[in-house]
Amino acid sequence: MITILETSALNTVQDLGRPGYRNLGVGTSGAMDALALQVGNILLGNQMDDACIELQTYPFVLRFDAPATFAVTGMDAAIELDGRTILPWMVETAAAGQVLRIGPPKAGARGYICLAGGIEVPVVLGSRSTQLRGGFGGLDGRPLEAGDTLRTTGAALDVAGYGALPPAAVLDAVAGGEDAKVINLRAMPATDYTLFTPEAQQRLWDTAWRITPQSNRVGYRLSGAPLELRHRVELRSYGVIAGIVQVPPAGEPIVQLADANTVGGYPRIATVIEADLWRLAQARIGMRIRLHECSFAEGVAAMQPVNAYLDDLRMMVAHYRASARSRAGMKSGAKA
Amino acid sequence: MIGTRAMLFEAPGDFTMAHQRRVWALMDAAQARPDVCELIPGVTNLMLIFSAPPDSPQAVADWLCHAWNTLPERHIEGKLFEIGVRYGGALGEDLAAVCAHSGLSPQDVISIHHGSEYTVCAIGSAPGFGYLHGLDPRIATPRKTVPSLNMQAGTVIIGGMQAGISALTGPNGWNSIGFTDLRVFDPYKQPPALFAVGDRIRFYPESIEL
Repeated sequence: MITILETSALNTVQDLGRPGYRNLGVGTSGAMDALALQVGNILLGNQMDDACIELQTYPFVLRFDAPATFAVTGMDAAIELDGRTILPWMVETAAAGQVLRIGPPKAGARGYICLAGGIEVPVVLGSRSTQLRGGFGGLDGRPLEAGDTLRTTGAALDVAGYGALPPAAVLDAVAGGEDAKVINLRAMPATDYTLFTPEAQQRLWDTAWRITPQSNRVGYRLSGAPLELRHRVELRSYGVIAGIVQVPPAGEPIVQLADANTVGGYPRIATVIEADLWRLAQARIGMRIRLHECSFAEGVAAMQPVNAYLDDLRMMVAHYRASARSRAGMKSGAKA
Repeated sequence: MIGTRAMLFEAPGDFTMAHQRRVWALMDAAQARPDVCELIPGVTNLMLIFSAPPDSPQAVADWLCHAWNTLPERHIEGKLFEIGVRYGGALGEDLAAVCAHSGLSPQDVISIHHGSEYTVCAIGSAPGFGYLHGLDPRIATPRKTVPSLNMQAGTVIIGGMQAGISALTGPNGWNSIGFTDLRVFDPYKQPPALFAVGDRIRFYPESIEL
């Protein structure tokens, strides 16, 4: 069990999401940076759909009430276990009573506290994700508060002290500019692309869109010169997925994300490809994003390095754990 | 394609129930495809979400067009809900905007609204929210350019040619004309959504406050 000692707004329990209920209007929720959660779960030998704590605001402090093995993935921040600095993307074991403190990110935006065995909250409609709008899932359908306790199913692992290379160090971003404050993402033109003026189409790709403070798990509102339609349209409501870039009447785009509505009615100009959504999840308010036009085939191909990264990690973790056990004379195959 | 794992099918033509019944037929047929993991029926459109990017989007598109052109309409004998509405007042404050847009008196707007029978043609946006077909074109009113920030769950609303009952308290761009105590979603019930596509809804005035 763990106890939350300090938290601020909108830190929640999340897993890989709640697919299958969009036809009832229930969005998927789930970790904004699904890649970081998958890395954490692989490092810890968890099921891929095990739940974690997603951090969006800092500092966050928790106490381990029993020994536990954990990894913090996602952003890079000052992380301390009883005052001892530990690295993100690394597997560590805490003793009962130890306190984990996570400060504001030095790079990235969202942190994932993954525990061996996952976080035990009731499965609602097939997922442990917090559905903030619907007020269910996660811990009573709400963000975490100081004093909350969360149960874990797993025991501490017998091997720790290894880690993963962060995705940003392994996966190449699309080439574009030198400015470190600009995040480059690939996007496919969407069904309503041609409803926009040629100038607006060009401006979509040329603008370094600023992420406004009205950005959250539902979507990122972008700021820049407005995108004009050739003429006004009143669309019928249609299905929405994470990555869709909608343009409301004022002309400044919104990228729909994990907590997006299941359907919407604004014109869709483009879709950020699935392989780049984790980069968006780690983009902070005030940073800028550039969209780079890509084809369907390029979008599909872009998932290959991501999948290869996860497959390599799975293999390395298995090898490392097996060899660490044999060096220590532990019985092989005694998986925690 | 909308992204690498989603495709949107948009039916040509107007928003009619005949078209929507064909979308439902298409939804049934698409459900049987092994590559489809989720379907989102919209208003005269259907989004397919695939478990993996399709090898040939064109082949899927061709299949959809063929199915659209050959499948008969799917008639659903849905449940009938009779729902009492408290029209006007603070929870129906956009009644004035609907009157202004339609050029009708509040009494006329209200009687036209509860004079029609509506059909749930899609569920979505928020958990359990039903898009209703059957709004009289005389009181159709475009969505607001500035949404209400804190519309109550249970608000009876009009958005363009669509009608509905808001499912959650929060921001909403549709026009509020009244309120009902009905709650349209409970995650712990089976099924969690009160309405299903094909259900029919009749409104009646519980009270009118102008």
